[in-house]
Amino acid sequence: MAGPRHIGVSEASRPVLPRHAKLRYDETRQVWVILAPERVLAPDEIAVEVLKLCDGVRSVGDIADQLAAKYAAPRDAILTDVIAMLQDLADKGFLTEAREKTS
Amino acid sequence: MSEVLGDQTSTPSAASDGLAVLEKQRSTAETFGIPLAVLLEVTHRCPLQCPYCSNPVELDRAGTELTTEEWKKVLSELAEIGVLQVHFSGGEPTARKDLVELVRHASDAGLYTNLITSAVLLTRDKLADLAEAGLCHVQISFQGTEQGLADRVAGYKGAHRKKIEVARWTRELDLPLTVNAVMHRQNLHQLPDIIQMAVDLDADRLEVANVQYYGWALKNRAALMPTVAQLDETTRLVEEARERLKGQLAIDYVVPDYYALRPKKCMGGWGRQFFNISPAGKVLPCHAAESIAGLDFESVRSNHSIAWIWQNSEAFNRYRGTGWMKEPCKSCEFREIDFGGCRCQAFALTGDAANTDPACALSPMHESIFKQAEREAEGETSRFLYRNFAGGTLEPDGDA
Repeated sequence: MAGPRHIGVSEASRPVLPRHAKLRYDETRQVWVILAPERVLAPDEIAVEVLKLCDGVRSVGDIADQLAAKYAAPRDAILTDVIAMLQDLADKGFLTEAREKTS
Repeated sequence: MSEVLGDQTSTPSAASDGLAVLEKQRSTAETFGIPLAVLLEVTHRCPLQCPYCSNPVELDRAGTELTTEEWKKVLSELAEIGVLQVHFSGGEPTARKDLVELVRHASDAGLYTNLITSAVLLTRDKLADLAEAGLCHVQISFQGTEQGLADRVAGYKGAHRKKIEVARWTRELDLPLTVNAVMHRQNLHQLPDIIQMAVDLDADRLEVANVQYYGWALKNRAALMPTVAQLDETTRLVEEARERLKGQLAIDYVVPDYYALRPKKCMGGWGRQFFNISPAGKVLPCHAAESIAGLDFESVRSNHSIAWIWQNSEAFNRYRGTGWMKEPCKSCEFREIDFGGCRCQAFALTGDAANTDPACALSPMHESIFKQAEREAEGETSRFLYRNFAGGTLEPDGDA
C-alpha cells in the first residue's frame, strides 16, 4: 500500500513523491514539472532542488544539512523553509513518506 | 473530467510554495503552445447508457475507430511535440482490447497516463496489467451511492456494485483514485453520502461535477436540471467538506453554468490549452465540438501532423482569441477572461456558435433560458432518454 496520506513534515520525515506525482524535466518547455492527476505543476528552482533529494531515504534533516553546506547558509533557516515548502506539498497530496515494510 | 481540465488556470496555487499551475505563466499574447494534457476518446462503445453522456449524439461506430498502430503513432507524436499527460477515455476505454498495449506505449514514450473509466468491464487482472504497463491514475465515474438509483441512471444492472469493487482493487494496487460523481437533480440529495463514499474508498480526489447540458444531457435537461435551492445546498456541502477533509481528499467542483451570471471559460478558451482526439481520429477543440454544424475537423489520418492541425487548421482558428466575436462579447471587459463561454452551448441554444454563450447574463437569451431551466427543475419529468448508438431509448414508463 501507499504511504500515509496526510503527513506532518518534520526534521525526521523521509519524504518521497507518491506514485501519482512524477517530477520530470519537460524538454519542450525547458522547465521542471510535477505531473499529477489533472495537474501539471511548475516547481521553482529551489523546490526542484529539494524534491530531487526527496528519495524516501534521506530525512528532511539530511536535506537541510546538504543544502546548508552547499550554500553556506544557516541550517535552521533552511530547515524551516524546507519544512514549510514540503508541508504545503504534502497538504496538496503530492508528498508522502517512505514507510517501513511491516510484512 | 474535461471541465476540470479546461479550468486548470483557475486552480489556486499558494505563492509561498514555489509552485504554480503551469498555464498561469503563459501570457495571452503568446502563440498557442501544445497543450499539456490531451483527452483520447479511444472508443464510443460503452456498456452504460448514462443520459448525460458527454459524447456526441452522433457516435463513432466501432468500424471507424483508429487501429492499435494508429493510436500508437498518435501517442508517440503527442509525446514528441510536448504533451505531458494523456487521458484514456471514451465511451468506455476498457472496451478496447488493446488498452494495456496502448498504456504501455504511452508510458514508454514518457507520457503520464490517466484512465477515465466506468469500471464495469474491468477485472482485477486487467487492472493489474494496466498498472504494470505504467498507468499512473484511475478515475471512476459514479452515478450515486445507492444501487437502485445508481444503476437506473447508468442503465446497467449491477454497475454500482462493480464500481465499488474496482475502486477497492485500484487502491489495493496502489494506484491513485479519483471518484467522479456526476450530479443532477435526481441524485444531488446523495452528495453527503458520495463524499463519505470517496473517503471510505480511500480516494485521493473527488470530482463533484454537475452535468453540463450539451448533447445527450441537453436532450435530458428536464429530467436532470437541479433546482436553485439544490445547487446552493451543494455549494455549501462542498465548501464544508473541503475544509473538513483538507489534506485527505481534494474536491473539485463543477457548477452547472445555467445558474451562473458569468459563463465558464470553456476549455480554457477555444484552441488555447486543450484538444481531444475522437475514436475515428478527429482532432477536436473540445469533445462536443462536432455538434457545431459547419465546422470541418482534420483527422490524424490526414497528411497533416497533429501540431499542424493544432496551430493551423481552420476549425481551431475559427474561434481562437477574440477576433471572431460579436457584441456583447466584442467590447466586453471580460472577453479575455471567459472568451465568451462555450461555443458548443452557444450553437446548441442559439443556433450560432459565434453568439455569446447564453450562460452569460449579458446574452439576450440568458433570462429566458434561465427561466426555462428553472421551470424544468421544478417540473415532474424524471424519465431518461438513455444514450446509445440508436439515437437514444426512452426509459420505460413507471421505472422513473
